[in-house]
Amino acid sequence: MKTSIRIGCGAGFSGDRLEPALVLVQQGGLDYLVLECLAERTIALAQKRKRQDATLGYDPLLERRIESLLPHLSEKKVRLITNMGAANPLAAAQKIIEIAQRLSLPVTVVAVTGDDVFGLLSGSETALETGKPLSDSGPLLSANAYMGVDAILPALATSADIIITGRVADPSLFLAPLVHEFGWSTDDCNQLGQGTVIGHLLECAGQLTGGYFADPGRKDVPDMAHLGHPFADVSPDGTAIFGKVTGTGGILNLATAKEQLLYEVMDPSRYITPDVVADFTQVQLSEIGPNQVQASGGRGRPRPDTLKVSVGYEAGFIGEGEISYAGSNALGRAKLAGSIIRERLQDRFTDLRIDYIGSTSVHRTSFGQDSDPYEIRLRIAGKATTAQQAALVGEEVEALYTNGPAGGGGARKYIHELVGIISTFIDRNQLVPQVTLFHA
Amino acid sequence: MITKLYDIAHSRAGDKGNTLTLSLIPYNADDYPLLCTQVTAEAVKRHLADIVAGEITRYELPNLPALQFVCQQALTGGVTTSLTMDTHGKSLSFALLEMLIEC
Repeated sequence: MKTSIRIGCGAGFSGDRLEPALVLVQQGGLDYLVLECLAERTIALAQKRKRQDATLGYDPLLERRIESLLPHLSEKKVRLITNMGAANPLAAAQKIIEIAQRLSLPVTVVAVTGDDVFGLLSGSETALETGKPLSDSGPLLSANAYMGVDAILPALATSADIIITGRVADPSLFLAPLVHEFGWSTDDCNQLGQGTVIGHLLECAGQLTGGYFADPGRKDVPDMAHLGHPFADVSPDGTAIFGKVTGTGGILNLATAKEQLLYEVMDPSRYITPDVVADFTQVQLSEIGPNQVQASGGRGRPRPDTLKVSVGYEAGFIGEGEISYAGSNALGRAKLAGSIIRERLQDRFTDLRIDYIGSTSVHRTSFGQDSDPYEIRLRIAGKATTAQQAALVGEEVEALYTNGPAGGGGARKYIHELVGIISTFIDRNQLVPQVTLFHA
Repeated sequence: MITKLYDIAHSRAGDKGNTLTLSLIPYNADDYPLLCTQVTAEAVKRHLADIVAGEITRYELPNLPALQFVCQQALTGGVTTSLTMDTHGKSLSFALLEMLIEC
């Protein structure tokens, strides 16, 4: 058994930068690289792409990421684990093989499937968010269960260089190689809890190394344009030391680690994953050197019998319109414009939002001192069942050019199709995780 | 003396569906008891009354030290269907830090 495994995280979301992963592979001395690219709604949008074209439905940046990384992954013998398969891990694996053949690199890819449970749902299951049947929210588009390490471990047991999954819980992408390398028992809840702490700290990539942290003068972060992404050196007992490649930008300290440890955590004593119910309340963080933080003390209780399922549904459309006012009484004229739109549209929209950007658009109220801004951008947004109805919002805002208050300029109109997300639970025994091997 | 939370602590917002999470981390661990006493779930509920429609639960993490606030019905439906511009509620950490406390 190795005495330490180094796992890097080169992407924390689908739109993340490409270079930090490359730097990690080239200079990071990694054993594993993980790219976490799947947000809650990303997979539902990917399912829509797959329906239109059966060869799509994987991460839109997959090709660019793999092209840049593949030669270096081979050279440095770094294994890649990623959920860039999104709605179509099989097509993603085939695309990687294509790229490998083009670059004349021998590569083995494993696709992990089984998370797509759309066919197992009737629509009558209760949605967590509403307490009503799933299908009450709208026509259902997709249903993907969060799988855990038990879906990834068979893939790691193969000779695969790249493991590509669909929906798995984010921390499981990191926990799986630890269980695989160290032979951790999947019954050892405290070990899995600590491994989940490691995964949770790494999963948002740059958010551990000073990304999304800086506040100039108070929380300064050096060289953010070249932010390095993190890695963890993990010992067989689960103790982890987090760091980043020397010379990269960013900062990794107690404060960045604390913000990330609590990020999106609904109950620090019960962080539920498919692998374990992790307990973060005894976690000890300590700074042991420049850009080096040690984490230990994660604990856990047995995993749940059910898995969370993310269900995508057609949620209608949003129509938006914007127009700007400037100079004396800009806010007054913008508010008059807002009231005109409200009067004209309120009977046709149940949900209409009027924002005065530059004053109250972000939080609907001002938490600081009120002052009269020089310019205001009026934004109107309304929810609609059809694209045609949604278009009315932008049309009404545009009509203010010749029918509204003085000096309105720069009108813009937009229509967005909405994919909503709701959740339910499924008995984990209903899932059949599968691995499929591809060779180049 | 009245001070802004911004002057003694930092925060990051997170989202899960229609639920907002807000960490509150003192720069100086010595300020943690002060935060525990004054930044109660009720006080945050009053401060964010225009934002948070549902319950607020506060979790204490003396081991860090830090507080975590979990705010239900705070994101006008959540990231995929909300009419707000900041659909994730990511900027709300700085709304929390505008809160005034006595120290």
